[in-house]
Order: sequence, then C-alpha cells, then structure tokens
Amino acid sequence: MQVSGQVRLSATDLACRRGERVLFRGLNLDVSSGQALHIAGANGIGKTSLLRILAGLLSPFAGSVESEGAIGLLDEKPGLDPELPLRKALAFWEQIDGCGQPSGAHKAMGLEPLFDVPLRYLSTGQRKRAAMASLLNRAAPIWLLDEPLSGLDTKAIEQVTALIALHVSGGGLAIVASHQPLEIPDLSVLELADYLPTSEQTEKVA
Amino acid sequence: MIASLLRRDLALFFPFAGSGAALPLLFFLAVAMLYPFAVGPDANLLARTGGGVVWIAALLAAILPLDRLVSRDIELGVFDQLKLRGVAEESAMAVRLLAHWLSFGPPLILATFPAAALLNLDSETLRLLLLGLLAGTPGLAAIGLIIASVTASLRAGAALSGLLLIPLALPILIFGAGALARNDIASVGFTGALSLGLIALAPFAAGAAIRAAREG
Repeated sequence: MQVSGQVRLSATDLACRRGERVLFRGLNLDVSSGQALHIAGANGIGKTSLLRILAGLLSPFAGSVESEGAIGLLDEKPGLDPELPLRKALAFWEQIDGCGQPSGAHKAMGLEPLFDVPLRYLSTGQRKRAAMASLLNRAAPIWLLDEPLSGLDTKAIEQVTALIALHVSGGGLAIVASHQPLEIPDLSVLELADYLPTSEQTEKVA
Repeated sequence: MIASLLRRDLALFFPFAGSGAALPLLFFLAVAMLYPFAVGPDANLLARTGGGVVWIAALLAAILPLDRLVSRDIELGVFDQLKLRGVAEESAMAVRLLAHWLSFGPPLILATFPAAALLNLDSETLRLLLLGLLAGTPGLAAIGLIIASVTASLRAGAALSGLLLIPLALPILIFGAGALARNDIASVGFTGALSLGLIALAPFAAGAAIRAAREG
C-alpha cells in the first residue's frame, strides 16, 4: 500500500456546533504521511462530527481544514446498497474508484463466502468488514475511520488494526475515532475533552 | 464514473428491475382503466375528457417514486461517499434526474397507447397527448427531484412531497392538458419550455438541499 506524493491533513482553530451546542473549539491538528492519530472521548463529545468536518462533509462553526491527498472515510454509512448481494454492492464503488484488483481486499476481510448474500442479511461486523474492504480498494492515502473496530470479533480487530498500521507505515495517514484502544506503533492521541468550550483553552496537541 | 452512476440509478428506479419500481406504471394504467367505470361508457364524454384524465394519472404516477428517490441514498451515505470521490451533489443529482425521468417518462408514454384505447381517444388527441407528455414529464421529474431532496430529511417527507408536487406541477398541467382542449401545438411548446427551465434548475436546487440536509 505505497502512497506517493505529499499527504497531509491539518485543521486550524476548529470549532463545531451541533444545534445550539458548541461541542468543541480551538482544536488544532496537523497529521502528515506516516502518522496516525487516535481521537478519544466520551459518547456525544463530537468525534464523528470532527471526522465529518475533516472529510469536508460538515462545515465547521469556526476554523479551517486543509488536506492534500484523497480522503477515504469509513463510518456507519459506507453507501453499500442493502438489497444487492455483497459482491455487486462492492462492485459499484470499485467501478467508481477504477479499482482493477479488488479481490485482495475481499480476501483480507474474509468476504468471499458472503458474496451472494444481500447486504441487509449481513451482521454488523460483516458489514463493517465490507466497508473496510471498500475503503482498501479506494486506495486513498488519508483514512478517516469512525469506530472501525466496533462490532468486529477478536480476529477481525487484529486484522483491521494491522491494516491501519500497514497503511500508515506505507506512507498513508490515519485519523481514528474509537473507544477501543488501538495497538498501532507511534500513535498520538487527541482527547476531545481537552477542547470543551467551557474549560480553559489548552495548548494544541498533535 | 458518470456511466456507473447512471447504471446504478437506473437499476434502482427502472420498472421491473426492483420491487416497487413498476408501481407508478401500474398505477397510471389503473387510473385510465377505472375512469370509464366511474363516468360510464359514453364514448363522446370519454373522448372529450380522457386526455385530461391521462394527464392527471401521469401527475399522480410521478408522485409515487419520490419516496425513495433521494432520502434512501442520504441514509445509506451514498452522497457522502460520492462527495469524497470528488463527485459534486449537483452532478449526482443531474444523473439522478435523468435516471428518474427514464424510469417513469418513457414507460408512461408507452402506456398511453393502451390508456388511449380504453378512453376512446382519437388519433389527433393521442398525438397531442404523446407530444405533451414527452414535453411535460421531464419537468415533472425535475419538480419531483427538487421536492424529494428538500423533504428528504423530514419525518413525513413522503406524504409531504406528494402534497407539494401537485401545486408546483400546475403550470405543466395547464399547458400540457390545455393543448388538448384548444387542439393547439403551441401549448406543447410552452410545456417543453417550462420543462427545460426546471431541468436546468433542478440539479442545483437538489444539490443544495442535500448539502443542507447534511448539516441538519
């Protein structure tokens, strides 16, 4: 999974508002090629919103995001059609991404036995593995992962963690929001609780 | 990329491709079939009013697919994933507009032949009706797409979109069905002009609505 060129994702003085509530403010981050960042924090603190802001899907209340390199987002909604058999659901995105060799990722995620099963019959963990395969075939250097390990069994957790580590060591970058601890070398951690609007502003992390 | 997108959209909406997609067509034919039973078999009355009934049936049939036209893919995250791949909401919506029209416009126009037989329409009326539907259904599709996107994030979106389409489709109905009453091809031209304006507008309005739904 070699990634060429400059890869970088940075955010300056980011604030996020959902409804009437400011979730966090004054958040700075700068992640570049070969780095991984773990975003930690309690439920509802704004991890998913942060990832969506970084992906450019949500506009920040304040601050700005700059990125160099294609972004792949793994979240609860990977855009796979529930009525279609798994192989066809994945094939649509592989066509869009121009992926000529998708079978490696299918094999790595153990999806081949499930190819003929419509997606809506798959379990949470199986869907998560399908989404992960779709992300792998995307071949994007920037990975934004929202709870990539939730719903996975022990073996799949190990696999996905290893894949993230491999992606980062190959020159990609990964920002992971997760409640589970991540065993990835050189992982920096960003505690979203440090950026609560009520608390004193702390100096920037990462 | 656009071709893959169009293929997926067509697979979603085309009649007989998936469950429920043929319903607008069957609904259209059912209305045309019921009308003679409701007003009686007077051939002159049917011939005089039948064209208008076909138009109303077409308008109502255009409401049926709105329910799954946009909201389903917002929930699945399809537009998010497309955006990350550099496909703007406007492009996705332009493709969807084409797929939506292809899936109900031409089938409806074809179904007009059996409907015309049921309603005892003469060949001149049928000609104006077909031309009018050809000119008007793209506009109906465009209005439908805008409404489906705007109401996608609302709770009662499906019911509301039906209610919203009817008044907005009124100009198309007036000119399209009006051509039959006055036996006037110029009205068909007006219908086409309205449709073209709506087609130009729809991808932008629908794209903006999807972005707004994301922030919601």
